[in-house]
Amino acid sequence: MASLDPSLKASEAASTAKEVKPRDWAKIGLITTAVLYLTLILFIPALNVFVQAFSKGIGPFLANLTEPAFQNAVKLTFIIAAIAVPVNTIFGLCAAWVIARKRFRGRALVISILDVPFSVSPVVAGLMIVLLYGRNGWFGPFLEAHDIKIIFALPGMVLATAFVTLPFVAREVIPVLEELGTDQEEAAQTLGANNWQIFWRVTLPSIRWGLLYGVLLTNARAMGEFGAISVVSGNIASKTQTLPLFVEESYKQYETESAYSAAVLLALLAVVTLVLKEILERKTRIKEVKEDT
Amino acid sequence: MSATSSDSNPIWRNWLGVTARLPWIWILPTAYLFFMLFLPTVALLLKASTEGPARFWSIATSPIALDAYRVTFSTALVTAFINGVFGLLIAWVLVRYEFPFKKIIDAAVDLPFALPTSVAGLTLATVYSENGWIGSLFAPLGIKLAFTQWGVAIAMLLISLPFVVRTVQPVLTDLEREIEEAAWCLGASKFQTFWRVLLPPIMPAALTGIALGFSRAVGEYGSVVVVSSNTPYKDLIAPVLVFQRLEQYDYSGATVIGAVLLGISLALLVLINLLQAWGRRYG
Repeated sequence: MASLDPSLKASEAASTAKEVKPRDWAKIGLITTAVLYLTLILFIPALNVFVQAFSKGIGPFLANLTEPAFQNAVKLTFIIAAIAVPVNTIFGLCAAWVIARKRFRGRALVISILDVPFSVSPVVAGLMIVLLYGRNGWFGPFLEAHDIKIIFALPGMVLATAFVTLPFVAREVIPVLEELGTDQEEAAQTLGANNWQIFWRVTLPSIRWGLLYGVLLTNARAMGEFGAISVVSGNIASKTQTLPLFVEESYKQYETESAYSAAVLLALLAVVTLVLKEILERKTRIKEVKEDT
Repeated sequence: MSATSSDSNPIWRNWLGVTARLPWIWILPTAYLFFMLFLPTVALLLKASTEGPARFWSIATSPIALDAYRVTFSTALVTAFINGVFGLLIAWVLVRYEFPFKKIIDAAVDLPFALPTSVAGLTLATVYSENGWIGSLFAPLGIKLAFTQWGVAIAMLLISLPFVVRTVQPVLTDLEREIEEAAWCLGASKFQTFWRVLLPPIMPAALTGIALGFSRAVGEYGSVVVVSSNTPYKDLIAPVLVFQRLEQYDYSGATVIGAVLLGISLALLVLINLLQAWGRRYG
């Protein structure tokens, strides 16, 4: 708080002198401090990704994009997201419906348990999956007998991704469902709609923005996950390497340029995610205003 | 879930019967949670318990592990409080003042949530290295930022930045300005107004944000592993130690230290829930 003191005292002196200007100085001081901190920690590092990626022009950047190892990493990243995101969306919808619509014993506990993947270290998450499906794991002998490879292969990476992205959809949809209430659903039921009709025609349209918001966050994390996937994948180039793993591996091999070429794509994904997030937030806000008036 | 097992037998049997007749919308999420969350957690804890208390203790408190905890928790704690102060400031500025690019800055605060951690580590390692934009400013002073504990701290600052801002922002928005004006009219100084009137209602939200940031920083792996030199007794954090143990096929080492980290994460989760409950009572 030390940085706040001088400006506060300045404005204090100002209020007795009945001047407006020094009050503005406090405001400017606070804004400058906040922006300076963000610049050092966030803006400069973010900007650096784009500067480094295109430091040698667009040509070398495009050349890096045609490397087979890179293209395999992109493909794998999309495949994993394409499996983990829908699975967690369906789970999230069901879990949210049960938690928001039903009263049962241990409901508060279940809501807290949903948060476990957010608080557990990604490395520990990966370790858990290795201990279950790895060679010496619980299911290891069974999997080996049936020649199913999970660790150091795609299924393990999907499991790790699904673990770390498990809560997003449920967490976004639960509050929307709770706020929505059951009036419309009950009305539809009285008018003879079956459960599917109620879901598709009444519930889903009302929760669609919250649901999309959850899917967006799930996808961003799924495509960007590093720690958990790193543990279960073995990081085999062209085989079990996703884009975030490719970034780290290239950097470790002193191929900084290819690292930044991949990093800039992931940074763009992050920016697109934030823009879509802002649009979705505005959509829900507009809806709230409409309902108020 | 286990609450029913302590009940009398007929109720237990009744519960089993109910489970069998549950609709799919109950069974699907329960089964998914069981396989995805419950089973892996139990696997880790059981595997750790097979080591026996004496061996568990000796692995969990080996000098290299103790030093990794020291680096992890001290850095995470300090950075959580630094982000507590600056998060409060950023939230205040975003709620109370109008200035150019405010909307963009507000949206950009979430960037650490959306940016993959390995990208964050990569760019921090460049910017804060001796030849980097910011690191080169400190190099003449003899301060090395990247590949030291400073690098670990900077990575933790970046990835836990949004928590306090996002927990405090809604509370500040709801706070009525009249209360501050009343305090001011009654003769309170600016500092007293901040300390006695503004801070108490914000406190539960700020502490929740700090705890969330701390929890995230303790478990962070991707950004730290790139920006630190991962040298034992210097800047090696506990999650990286777990990873290194796994790479060396030392499953007991990885499991025991992983179980310690899991226990701490779960304790932090309980603490965060308590803080949130406190915050709701305030509101």
